Amino acid sequence: MTVRKNQAQLTADEKRRFVNALLALKRDGRYDSFVSTHNDFIMSDRDDSDRVGHRSPSFLPWHRRFLIQFEQALQSVDASVALPYWDWTTDRTPAASLWAPDFLGGTGRSRDGQVTDGAFAATGNGWRINVRVDGRDFLRRGLGSSGVQLPTKAEVDSVLATPVYDAAPWNSASDGFRNHLEGWRGVNLHNRVHVWVGGHMATGASPNDPVFWLHHAYVDKLWTQWQSRHPNSPYLPAAGTRNVVDLRDTMRPWGDVTPADMLDHTRYYTYDVAA
Amino acid sequence: MSGITRRQAIGAASAASAAAGLAVVGVGATPAAAAPRGARPAEPASFDEVYLGRRIQGGPAGGHGGHHADHGGGYSVRIDGDELHIMRNADGTWISAITHYDPQATPRALARAAVDDLQGAALVPLVPSTR
Repeated sequence: MTVRKNQAQLTADEKRRFVNALLALKRDGRYDSFVSTHNDFIMSDRDDSDRVGHRSPSFLPWHRRFLIQFEQALQSVDASVALPYWDWTTDRTPAASLWAPDFLGGTGRSRDGQVTDGAFAATGNGWRINVRVDGRDFLRRGLGSSGVQLPTKAEVDSVLATPVYDAAPWNSASDGFRNHLEGWRGVNLHNRVHVWVGGHMATGASPNDPVFWLHHAYVDKLWTQWQSRHPNSPYLPAAGTRNVVDLRDTMRPWGDVTPADMLDHTRYYTYDVAA
Repeated sequence: MSGITRRQAIGAASAASAAAGLAVVGVGATPAAAAPRGARPAEPASFDEVYLGRRIQGGPAGGHGGHHADHGGGYSVRIDGDELHIMRNADGTWISAITHYDPQATPRALARAAVDDLQGAALVPLVPSTR
């Protein structure tokens, strides 16, 4: 059974296996197909028309399914690997072990934002950025350089306290838990972390940076924590909503999975601590 | 919505240009937090300027050769002639493919934020590939 652990608790061997599995998916082309899929949805999900992966209620189940698919790809390389999560309320500086050379590598150099250490630096392991919006093919980061701070535990708690999953108009203007977690309204959790990392993480092709998966694994865990706090609050909307994935509508691109199928993560993985 | 907003953009262009210009001049990449939330502002004015050595242009799609400004609600932005993929949020703020998670108050602020990030690199067209 897959157990997702806090990245700060991984052993040196677990880090090495995770990094090696990422590099293997990059080499065989599967990694970039995930980047492409994400960017396609980033470009097509709109507040006033069909929306599935982002700015909509299905933001959470869509990314849960996306991460499960990615985790299964990693496990096809090394069955011992599970996606770790990054609790950015705790490990909140560029000095965190997450950014050490034995794991994801550090921030980009000031001249061009290029990451120069770790397994995903441009030199050495072939981590070439192929799905991109500009001419640069090296991984870029600017940890904290945008001026924003990572969300605090108190800010996370304020969002987890929201009792309603989502609300009309079911987009970036909505009140409710989903949109406050996604970050288009309120204290801004998920979006702000993308901005804090900077570089590719700030773009529509954000999965080019492996930290994408650790960030979303924590966002996914926060959904689970919210469910625990509000056991009687259902996914919304229930049915009949134009341009939006209702509870039992199938989600693109898979076509065979609904938000209802994604509500119980324990069918796929558990956590190292009670969620 | 593109037909309506395009008409609104043309009709409101002269009236909005002064205000939109004033809101941006000297501010650079205005953070979305500084923008008024809730009320959807008027369609933004067209612009055409050189910022940090790059020509940035914005205006109604088709007004300067835009071929698919499908997500800008009838408005498109170019950097050195290449189209920047943009999208308007429900609250009237804007995001682009380059600063996707950090809404800006105006398309000009969006273009400037993109130029800041590009550090001289050229945009490349990125079209949906899997669907």
